[in-house]
Amino acid sequence: MESVFGLVGKDFAIVVADSSAVHSILLHKTNEDKIMLLDSHKLMGASGETGDRAQFTEYIQKNVALYQFRNGIPLTTAAAANFTRGELATALRKNPYMVNIILAGYDKETGPSLYFIDYIASLHKLDKAAFGYGSYFALSMMDRHYQRDMTVEEAVNLVDKVIMEIRSRLVVAPPNFVIKIVDKDGAREYAWRESIKDAPVIAS
Amino acid sequence: MSIFEYNGCALVAMVGKNCFAIASDRRLGVQLQTIATDFQKIYKIHEKLFIGLSGLATDAQTLYQRLVFRHKLYELREERDMKPETFASLVSALLYEKRFGPYFCQPVIAGLGDEDKPFICTMDSIGAKELAKDFVVAGTASESLYGACESMFKPDMEPEELFETISQALLSSVDRDCLSGWGGHVYVHTN
Repeated sequence: MESVFGLVGKDFAIVVADSSAVHSILLHKTNEDKIMLLDSHKLMGASGETGDRAQFTEYIQKNVALYQFRNGIPLTTAAAANFTRGELATALRKNPYMVNIILAGYDKETGPSLYFIDYIASLHKLDKAAFGYGSYFALSMMDRHYQRDMTVEEAVNLVDKVIMEIRSRLVVAPPNFVIKIVDKDGAREYAWRESIKDAPVIAS
Repeated sequence: MSIFEYNGCALVAMVGKNCFAIASDRRLGVQLQTIATDFQKIYKIHEKLFIGLSGLATDAQTLYQRLVFRHKLYELREERDMKPETFASLVSALLYEKRFGPYFCQPVIAGLGDEDKPFICTMDSIGAKELAKDFVVAGTASESLYGACESMFKPDMEPEELFETISQALLSSVDRDCLSGWGGHVYVHTN
């Protein structure tokens, strides 16, 4: 089961996700990117049903972009989170999306923020959050080591501790993780943590 | 596991002398895992009306958004706030609308009505109202809450004593329930 977790630091937020694409007992690839850039200053890490995850996050990304085109200003993180919750809640009693989401963003006025959105559309603003089997290890490690206003170095240190815990204690542990960060300079990929490297695909 | 026990909640409201108190726990969980310890379950509708929503958190959030929408429209049209009795009927109607696909919520409503008379009520997930003169309870810890309130409650308590009573009833009940707890939010409204 896919692990996604995130935390808020001093002027930034970090989201980490495993990068395995799994179907039953088969590991298709180990460099699947599950953290989508919603816009310049928002990250959406998602875990759950593969098709739902890809489709729903893209749907949210395009709607966030549409808002910006129509209104000339970008959505705040809180607004994007509430929009996402609304879409999940509307679909819940018709055709539910089995996607758990950690939405992180940076707003000029309010700084970094992180939102936990369940697949049944429970929304809560948090400093640290996690989904999947990895959450049992991630939440405990973060409860122990997390402090408010951590620097990027301290936060990445904590992220690495969590990844080590997941790798060593989860029976079907994902080998690789992607780390993305969002701060005043925007949302971007920070690093990969790989213990297996996929063979590069050669274009024919 | 029951859908009402998915997130975990404890709610209680009590009537005092020209005042009311409404209290909730602070846990948001996903079955056995605790997600947050600062989750709000009691919402203010207007200065003299509060509603607590127990049960499934997503439905509580959806229902709250619909209720705020309806109350804001009412305020614009009537140019006054809704009375608690009217609001309770509104909540009941909204819940019964979904009779065959309900919101998995049990609300607790507390407010001051005409001449600042305290009003409390609860209802089940399909809107069956339960008015009470003394206290109402809801949530996963409701059975413990019934016992604690029945033994600790006295009629016509002053606000300070009411606060003490509702807090102790809440804390002692959630301490016996693994799905609710992590502190409490208590609102005491006097005039």
